[in-house]
Amino acid sequence: MEQQLLKRIDLIFNDENDWQEILDQTLAHDNTYIINALVSSELKGRGGAGFPTGLKWKLTSEAPGIEKYMICNADEGEPGTFKDREILSRVSFKVLVAMAVCARVIGAKEGIIYLRGEYKYLVPQLNKTIAEFGAYCGRTGLDFNVRIFLGSGAYICGEETALFESLEGHRGEPRNKPPFPTDYGFRGMPTVVNNVETLVHAYTIFKYGAARFKELGVASSRGTKLFSVSGDTPIAGIYELELGMSLSQFVEEFGDGDTKAVQVGGASGFLVPRKKFDETTIGFQGRLTGVSLPTGGSMMLFNSSRSMYNVLNNYLDFFREESCGQCTPCRVGCQILHKGIEEVKRGERNAKYLQTLLLLTETMQLTAKCGLGQSVANSFSSIVENFWEEMIY
Amino acid sequence: MDPVKSLVTDLVSRLGTHRENLLPVLQGVVEQQQYLSEYAMIKVAEAMNLSAAEVYGTATFYSFLENKKMGQYIIRVCKTITCSMKGKQQILSAIEEMLKIQIGETTPDGVFTLLQTNCLGWCHKGPAMLVNDEVYSDLTPEKVRDILQSYLKTAKS
Repeated sequence: MEQQLLKRIDLIFNDENDWQEILDQTLAHDNTYIINALVSSELKGRGGAGFPTGLKWKLTSEAPGIEKYMICNADEGEPGTFKDREILSRVSFKVLVAMAVCARVIGAKEGIIYLRGEYKYLVPQLNKTIAEFGAYCGRTGLDFNVRIFLGSGAYICGEETALFESLEGHRGEPRNKPPFPTDYGFRGMPTVVNNVETLVHAYTIFKYGAARFKELGVASSRGTKLFSVSGDTPIAGIYELELGMSLSQFVEEFGDGDTKAVQVGGASGFLVPRKKFDETTIGFQGRLTGVSLPTGGSMMLFNSSRSMYNVLNNYLDFFREESCGQCTPCRVGCQILHKGIEEVKRGERNAKYLQTLLLLTETMQLTAKCGLGQSVANSFSSIVENFWEEMIY
Repeated sequence: MDPVKSLVTDLVSRLGTHRENLLPVLQGVVEQQQYLSEYAMIKVAEAMNLSAAEVYGTATFYSFLENKKMGQYIIRVCKTITCSMKGKQQILSAIEEMLKIQIGETTPDGVFTLLQTNCLGWCHKGPAMLVNDEVYSDLTPEKVRDILQSYLKTAKS
C-alpha cells in the first residue's frame, strides 16, 4: 500500500490576486483542453464521495439540454467539517473563477452557490465579491451570472438531488439516482454540482497545470486536501495536507499524546481505533491500497477520557433528526438504532441485541434511498465492533 | 393592511411568485417575524398561488423556519459531537440559569428563545452558538452571560 509522509502544503489559501489572469488564460483554451487537463490531473470531488471532477464536467457538457447549470455546494453540514466556510471567507474569487470556467465548458449561463443557513453572516461579503466578479465578466464579454441561495438548516440538502429539490422550492428530499445530475439535475437539466474545495483545486490545476497537481498525493488519491481537525487535539483548525498519509502520522502530528480513536469523515464516516492507525491511509478508495478511507476532510480525535458510547449516541441523535423521513429504512432505522443502544446501555436488552442492530445497519446500507441512510452503518459498525464493551451496561 | 400581510405582499412582489422563490419568501418572513405563523403561511400561499398545505409541508421541513412563536433573539446552541465534548452542557446551564427558561422556551418578555441545533461548523472553536445570524464560538459560561447581557441592552422594549 502506497503511503505518503505527512506534508503541510499551501496551495488553497495562497494568493488569489491573480484571479483575472488565471480566468483569462484558462478561457483562452478550448473546452476539450480544459476537460483533458482536469481528467489527467485525476482530481476527485472533495465533498466526500470522490467522483472524478473532469468526468463530471465532460458528461454534463455532452448531455443534451436546453439549459445547463453550475452549482457550488456550500451546504457544509457534516459534523466536524468547517473548511468550506474558510475557503469562502478567504479565497472566494478562486471559487468563482472555477465556477465560470466550468460554466463555459458545460454551456451554463447561471451559477448558484447553495450556502447553508448557518453561514448567512457570509452573505454580504460574498455578494460584494460576486458583484466585482460579475463586473469583470461583463467587461470581458463572459455571459455568466452567480447568485447565492440560502439553505435553512437541513443537513440533507448537501445531498445533491435534495439540493435541487430545495432550490426548486420543495422539501429537501433526495431523488432516486439514476438519472444522475449530469443528465437530469436542477430544473431537470444537466447540472454540475461541485463542492467548494473541489473548485479551488480546479483553480490550482488551471494555475499550475495538471502535471504539478498530480505530483502530489498517491495513486488514486492525487493532490492535497483540506482537513478540519477537531476534538481532543491541542491544535484544532484547518490544515492543507498531501493525500496518502497514514493515520498514525496524522495522530502523531495532531494528537494530544493519548489518542484513542479518530473519526474520519464525520458522523457518516468511520471510527478508527488506535490499533488500526498504522494500516489506515487517508485518501480515496483505490484498487491497490489496503484500508484507505475517503473523507470530506473531517478528522475528529478522541482521547482515552472519552466514552465511545457517548460519541455514537451523539451521532445517532444527529442522524435521527437530520433524516429527511422520506424512506422507511432511514427514518425508522435511525430511531431504532438510537433507542437500541440506549436500551442496551440501561440493561433493558442484553448485549446480543447489538448484533441485531448491526444487521439493521446492513439493511439500511442496502435499502436506504440516499447516502445519509446508507452511511449510518459506517460509524455504527466501526464504533460498535471496535468498542463493544463500552456499549454494554 | 396588517403587518404580516404587507410583509408577504412586499416579499412576493420583490422576489416573484414562482415556486423557486418559496424558500426565499419564507426566509424573508422569518427574518422579520422570527417565525412563520399559520396566518403568515396562509398569506404566502395566497400570494404565490399555492395550497396552504404545500407551504406548510415545505416550511416544516427546514429547522430554521420555525413555526412556533419565537423571541426577538433565537439562541441556538450547537449540540453536535465536538461542542458537546467541549462543554456545551455548561453553556446551556448558564443560559438556563440566567434567563430562567428551559430548552424550547421563550422568556416572558419575548426577548430570548433557547434552542439546540446540529453542527454549526465551528468544531475547532467549540462550544459555539448562534444568536439569530451571529456566530459566537469558544464559549465559556462567563462569556455567554456577557453576550446575552449585551443583547438585553439592545432588545426592543
